[in-house]
Amino acid sequence: MINITFMVNHRKHSLEVKPGEYLIETLKRLNIHSVRRGCDTASCGVCTVLVDLKPVPSCATLTARLAGKNVTTVEGIHDEAGALADYFGLEGADQCGFCNPGIALSVHALKQQSSPITEADIKQALTGHLCRCSGYVSQVKAIMAYLKDDAHV
Amino acid sequence: MKVNGLFKPKTLDEAYHKLTEHSKNVVMAGGAWLRLSNRTVEEAIDLSVLPLSYVKDRGDVVEIGSMTTLHEIETDDTIKSLYGGILSQAVSQIMGIGLRNVVTIGGNVVARHGFSDVITPLLTMRAKLHFYKRGTISLEAFLDIRGKTTDVLEKIIIPKRKAAGYFKKVTKTALDFAIINVSVTCDEEGFSVAVGSRPSVGQLAYEAMGLLNQAKDVDEKHIDLAAFKAADLLKFSDNHRGSQAYREELTAVYVKRGLLAVKTCFNQRGGHDD
Repeated sequence: MINITFMVNHRKHSLEVKPGEYLIETLKRLNIHSVRRGCDTASCGVCTVLVDLKPVPSCATLTARLAGKNVTTVEGIHDEAGALADYFGLEGADQCGFCNPGIALSVHALKQQSSPITEADIKQALTGHLCRCSGYVSQVKAIMAYLKDDAHV
Repeated sequence: MKVNGLFKPKTLDEAYHKLTEHSKNVVMAGGAWLRLSNRTVEEAIDLSVLPLSYVKDRGDVVEIGSMTTLHEIETDDTIKSLYGGILSQAVSQIMGIGLRNVVTIGGNVVARHGFSDVITPLLTMRAKLHFYKRGTISLEAFLDIRGKTTDVLEKIIIPKRKAAGYFKKVTKTALDFAIINVSVTCDEEGFSVAVGSRPSVGQLAYEAMGLLNQAKDVDEKHIDLAAFKAADLLKFSDNHRGSQAYREELTAVYVKRGLLAVKTCFNQRGGHDD
């Protein structure tokens, strides 16, 4: 076992992890349930979290490597995710909502870019997030509208 | 995969000695693909603690540290300027940004996965690999080595040349592995053609390249013949993504398109003088 200390949603955690333990398993141990297990092969994007504000699939990120890092799940951007969800509702951009936490985190990461965010940037940010309900068009529209009102475009 | 221990080396020398200490020790790059295997690893050697994540412009070559992530490569302006930006284009089509923030170029190359969309363009960019103990070898030479890699990849070296490039990945869906991938470049040494995901790993089409590079002028007849040779002489086989025959057809079409896309570069260079 390896002792590591890292931050999850601005809260410090020190714990023992197995050398081959992936972040999704550690987050479950920390009672963070917004991070969903989907394909478990880093293909679907539902387990996306941010590590130092970069989106990564938690099913393919080893916890033992995260010493000193900042992990953000959708609980850490609660208000922002809620605001985005309103735009998703207005555009009819979701049905089951299973992919929404991962997408909200990717949008949060996208907002960190210094240059103006374009539609192409949004589409690129959504690659790797599989959604079986929306077809993505309404999601892109919702994110565009959200970012416009949030003054990032 | 079961990992019994994680070793964090302070130097490449420590990493190398740990790797050679036990046959079940492995170097861990991004770590994303390791989970898909069923093997037991005695100690995983975590290279993420070493300063191996960089893109350095050395004037005549560009060096890419083995732990540089695919997303860093995709967004790097120096890489975008090499061989028409084919490496940036190729990595930008691999899964999503999240995975590209994890997967490293070194892990992708050393694993020699047949589906690699990184190895095929690197072959046509005349890339060399610099290992800690072995030193520098060409990527083609590395791909010919069989068995486990018992050395630590430090960096990938790509020459900076006036060159044109073409890359095509053919997939059933946007995020799937390739049925085939094709890379074609033209620089001062001539044409270079590689085809990967055959479904085995990328390989240079030497006969096609030889035909083109010995020609004084390259016209459509040469291109047709070279594309045919690439499809005919490289080895293809079946898997659930595509049949051997389909891969051969795709190769002939996309090698031709690639050659047509870059041939201006060859003709500007004037072909070979007798």
